[in-house]
Amino acid sequence: MESLSNKKKVLEQKPLSFMERMYLPAIAKGMGITISHLFKKEATVRYPEVEREFSTNFRGMHSLKRDENGRERCTACGLCALSCPAEAITMIAAERKPEEKHLYREEKYAATYEINMLRCIFCGLCEEACPKEAIYLDGPIVPADYLRKDFIYGKDKLVEAPLEMKK
Amino acid sequence: MDTGFIIEKFILVAVIFGISLVIAMYSTYAERKVAAFLQDRLGPDRAGPFGILQPLADGVKMFMKEEIIPTTSNRWLFIVGPGLALLCACIGTAVIPWGNPIEIGGKTIPLQVTDINVGVLYIFGVVSLGVYGVMIGGWASNNKYSLLSAIRAASQNISYEIAMGLSIIALLLVTNSLSLKEIVSKQHGFWENGWFTWYFFKQPLGFIIFMVCSFAETNRAPFDLPECETELIGGYHTEYSSMKLGFYLFAEYINMFVSSAVMATLYFGGFNYPFMDLAATHWGQNWASIIGVIIFFGKICGFIFFFMWVRWTIPRFRYDQLMNLGWKGLIPLAIANIIITGVVIAIIEKF
Repeated sequence: MESLSNKKKVLEQKPLSFMERMYLPAIAKGMGITISHLFKKEATVRYPEVEREFSTNFRGMHSLKRDENGRERCTACGLCALSCPAEAITMIAAERKPEEKHLYREEKYAATYEINMLRCIFCGLCEEACPKEAIYLDGPIVPADYLRKDFIYGKDKLVEAPLEMKK
Repeated sequence: MDTGFIIEKFILVAVIFGISLVIAMYSTYAERKVAAFLQDRLGPDRAGPFGILQPLADGVKMFMKEEIIPTTSNRWLFIVGPGLALLCACIGTAVIPWGNPIEIGGKTIPLQVTDINVGVLYIFGVVSLGVYGVMIGGWASNNKYSLLSAIRAASQNISYEIAMGLSIIALLLVTNSLSLKEIVSKQHGFWENGWFTWYFFKQPLGFIIFMVCSFAETNRAPFDLPECETELIGGYHTEYSSMKLGFYLFAEYINMFVSSAVMATLYFGGFNYPFMDLAATHWGQNWASIIGVIIFFGKICGFIFFFMWVRWTIPRFRYDQLMNLGWKGLIPLAIANIIITGVVIAIIEKF
C-alpha cells in the first residue's frame, strides 16, 4: 500500500564491504569513542557526601506548620483527610483549653494527626485542600524502615520544630 | 646443583608467583575502574582511598561465601576444575624472561625461572591446557548450560590456537629461535640497521593475528562466548560458588597477565627499551636491568589496559561469526603472512 506520510524507508540489507568485513576500522572507531569518555566528567553524584538538589516542585515528607508565634496552625478540619485519594490521613480533634493558647492557633486543634507514609502517594492534594496553610510536602524523602507500623507518622515526626522565639 | 641455585630459583618463583597474583588481583579492580571511567562513572571508591582495598574486600567475601557442590555433580572433577584452571594460568610465567641478568655479590642471577629452548611451545602447551579447567568444570557441574559453555570454550580455543600457531611460525622465521630469552635478546634496543628491532615492526600482521587469538584464548570480550550471560546464564561457572568461582575469575585475569607478557615479549621487545646501552654505561648494568623490568611491566600493564578497553567497547561475536572469523579469516591471513615473510626473508638474504 502507498504510504501516506512518505516517511517509510525500506532498509535493504547489503552484504558487508571489504572494509566492514575486516572489522578493524570499525573497532578502531569504537575504541576512539570509548577512550574519549575516559576524559569526560563523571556523571556520578557521591551520594552520602553530596546530595543532588531537588527540583522546586518536589513533594517529599509532610510537615505541619507553625505560625509566626510558634503555634500550630492545624485546626483539625479534616479537609486534608477528605481530599486524600489514598486515605492516608487520620486525625482526632480536640478543643483548645484557655491555658493552651500559646500552643494552638485556632480553638480546635488536632490531638493526634497521623499520615500513613505507605499509603501516601505524595500527590499534594492535602496541601491544596488546607484552608489554614498548615500542611506542606516540603520535607526530604521518607526514609526506609523495617516495620509497617513505623511508617505511620504521628505529630512527633510531622510537626515543625518550635520556632526560635525572637525577643 | 648447589643449594644457592635452589634458593635463588625458589625466591624468583615465589616473587613471580606473588607478582602475578597481585597483578591479577588488581586487574579485577582495574577492570571495574576502567569500565567505570569509560562509561563516565566512578567505579569502586569506598574501600580505602580510591577503593584501593576493594580486591581485598572481594577476596574476603569470596572466602566467606557458602561453598555449594551440587549433589548430582562429579564431585572430584568439580573440585579439580578450578584448581586446574588456576594452575595452568600460573605456570605460564615460568619461561618468560623478566629482565636482563642482575649481578649481586659477584653472582649473576638471571631474571627468568628457566630458559628452555622451546619456550614458545611451552607457553602454547600451557595455554591450551588452560581450557581443560573450563571443560572439566563445565562437564562436572552436570548442568546443560555449563556443558554448552564448556563445549564452546573448547571449540573456540581449538579454532583459534591454529591461527595463533600459524602467526607464530611467521615470527619464528624471523627469529630462528623458540627460546623466549633469545627472542628478546634479538630485539635489543629499539633501532638498528635502519629499522626497528622490535618484532611488531617486522611482523605487524602477525601481531594483530596473535593478539586477536590471545583475546580468544583468554576468553575475553569480544570472544567471551563461554560465559555469555544472556544465553548460558553464567557459563561454565554457573554452579560454582565461593572461592572455586573466585579461582575461575582469577584464572582469567592471570591468563590475561600471561598473554600480555607473551605479547610484550614476542612483539614489543620484552624488557628492551630505547637507549638501554646508554643507561647501562651511565648507571651500570644492574640499574639498566631494573629499569628494563619496570618497562616490561609497563608494557604488560598497557596490554592489560588494552584488553579492558576492548572489552568495554566491542559487543560479543555471534557464534557463527566467531567460527567464520577464526577459520575463514585469521587462518588464511596467517598462512599468507607466513608466505610473505618467507619470500621477503629469502629476497633479503639471497639478493
